[in-house]
Amino acid sequence: MDKQLQTATTGIQIEGLRKRYGKGDTAVDALKSVDMAVAPGEVVGLIGPSGSGKSTLLKCLGAIIEPSAGRMTLGAEVIYDNKWKINDLRALRRDKIGFVFQAPYLIPFLNVTDNVALLPMLAGTSNRESRRQAVALLQALEVEHRAEAMPSQLSGGEQQRVAIARGLVNRPPVILADEPTAPLDSERALAVIRILNEMAQKFGTAIIVVTHDEKIIPTFKRIYHIRDGITYEEAGEGRDLR
Amino acid sequence: MISLAGRDILHAWGKFVFTGIGLGLLIGVTLTMAGVYRGMVDDAKVLLDNSGADLWVVQQGTLGPYAESSSIYDDTYRGILGMTGVARAANVTYLTMQVRQVGGVTPRDVRAMVVGITPDGPGHPGQPGFLVQGRHITRGHYEAVADIAGGFALGDRMQIRRNLYTVVGLTRRMVSSGGDPMVFIPLKDAQEAQFLKDNDAIVRQRARTALNPALNPPGMPGMLDAVITSQSTNPYVNAVLVQIDSGADPEAVAEPIRRWKRLTVYTRTQMEEILISKLIATSAKQIGMFLVILALVSAAIVAFIIYTLTLGKIREIAVLKLIGTKNRTISAMILQQALALGFIGFVVGKIAATFWAPFFPKYVLLTPPDALRGFVAVMVICALASVLAIRAALKVDPAEAIGG
Repeated sequence: MDKQLQTATTGIQIEGLRKRYGKGDTAVDALKSVDMAVAPGEVVGLIGPSGSGKSTLLKCLGAIIEPSAGRMTLGAEVIYDNKWKINDLRALRRDKIGFVFQAPYLIPFLNVTDNVALLPMLAGTSNRESRRQAVALLQALEVEHRAEAMPSQLSGGEQQRVAIARGLVNRPPVILADEPTAPLDSERALAVIRILNEMAQKFGTAIIVVTHDEKIIPTFKRIYHIRDGITYEEAGEGRDLR
Repeated sequence: MISLAGRDILHAWGKFVFTGIGLGLLIGVTLTMAGVYRGMVDDAKVLLDNSGADLWVVQQGTLGPYAESSSIYDDTYRGILGMTGVARAANVTYLTMQVRQVGGVTPRDVRAMVVGITPDGPGHPGQPGFLVQGRHITRGHYEAVADIAGGFALGDRMQIRRNLYTVVGLTRRMVSSGGDPMVFIPLKDAQEAQFLKDNDAIVRQRARTALNPALNPPGMPGMLDAVITSQSTNPYVNAVLVQIDSGADPEAVAEPIRRWKRLTVYTRTQMEEILISKLIATSAKQIGMFLVILALVSAAIVAFIIYTLTLGKIREIAVLKLIGTKNRTISAMILQQALALGFIGFVVGKIAATFWAPFFPKYVLLTPPDALRGFVAVMVICALASVLAIRAALKVDPAEAIGG
């Protein structure tokens, strides 16, 4: 295997995470008690109705907003313990957390390779090496034949694969996928989940998939339900994707 | 690191190019306004250069002959010729008027500065320096040398007051400080044209003089004729143009003329100061105001365009921020796009100004230093104009990429 595609060895652990918006009488507890643990190479589902706190949790995990209390560990590193333990959250997002969105949100003025290579470039890797890493990932995701295409020239499924490649390219210990299959039909949705599982196992990445999609829920081996800001864990069906 | 700004421009090149062309036309107008000012200054300098004079001797206490009217006797030059350091001196008369080109299908009026010169040949003060066609004035009356900007050709006939003149020579870039083409005619004709009254006025003047017992006393039959003759002739010119001896100090030559002839004398430096800081000062301020307004309009347009382009990329900027792009990188992308837009605009503007400048009725002088200053100004304006868009981009919440 390519040196750049070596397996990561870390996961994510969340204990007693809380998030309160506002103060005093107007305060709202969006997250009351969140406990999660996702091992390296594992893909878990995060399911909940609208207003249950999914987006808030995703923003806390993604170091976009600061939780009010709790503890988050990324691999061996504690990144939050009632306050951020990391000074540069931007670098944390860039190097340790991968994002896959509902829509691919590829940068429309960069071709496929550069969309993926942008992250290592931002981290200071040379353009040549960044592109090499990007192409290796595109090969792994079987879209290397569209490496020079612009995002507007790709199908929805291809765009989502490129977005997954972008999420993986810096070898983050964790990937947060926000309804990655929402715009796709059943076949393509299952294909995306299969790819996420393959990549998780290949690179040892912990993947949290936020979803409402009934088609893919049976594929998770573990599912976290979130309701009124509290998470509940349950075993999933873990349906075979082959 | 790849250039995000460059990639975005290449991706949406049509939008940038067309916006740049629009901006460029505005910049072209701005450069042209600066060129109009430079043209006015150059016209003023050309006027002085073409006069061939080192000193201008004018009526005491006036700023003549270009900025104010000046009137001195036409024999003054004889005394000046005898002063130390004076090589040559010649009378000159300037009058701005409508010159009528006749002989064609329809007569045509041309706004011109008529210059009365003594027909002494090239090199003499007041003479046109060089001709592009034809010859200098050799006869004492009814010949003219005209500038080609007036649309005259050799052999054309023109009417100045009552008299008809034949164009015998053509000049180029012989214009007044206002940009009007010059028409050179013999001094005597110009003197006559300058103060010529119509026939009715002459008849009335003669009657009034004859009725005045002081001017027509009984028993002195020759006196009335003498008075009438003096009233109908013009012994005045506007200035005496002086060329000084080689190596002589202009101020040292001017001072005795001021002192002993009791006239005002201007050196080249002083005359240039009068023309530029007094005669065209108001026009320069007017143009300056236009330049300031155009600069502000350009800045507003660039700011608006860049702001709109940035707002169109809010989602991409949110994604960039979410995946860890530094604010510096995003700011640089917007700044580079603003500068690129300014660069395209400047190139278009410079080309446009160069192409349309010759079609302006007045001389438009586009100088490389002005172009350089314009380029720097455009870049600074574009950089400042991008601040609004950069602020908007930096306020974008990375959470917008996630939604919810």
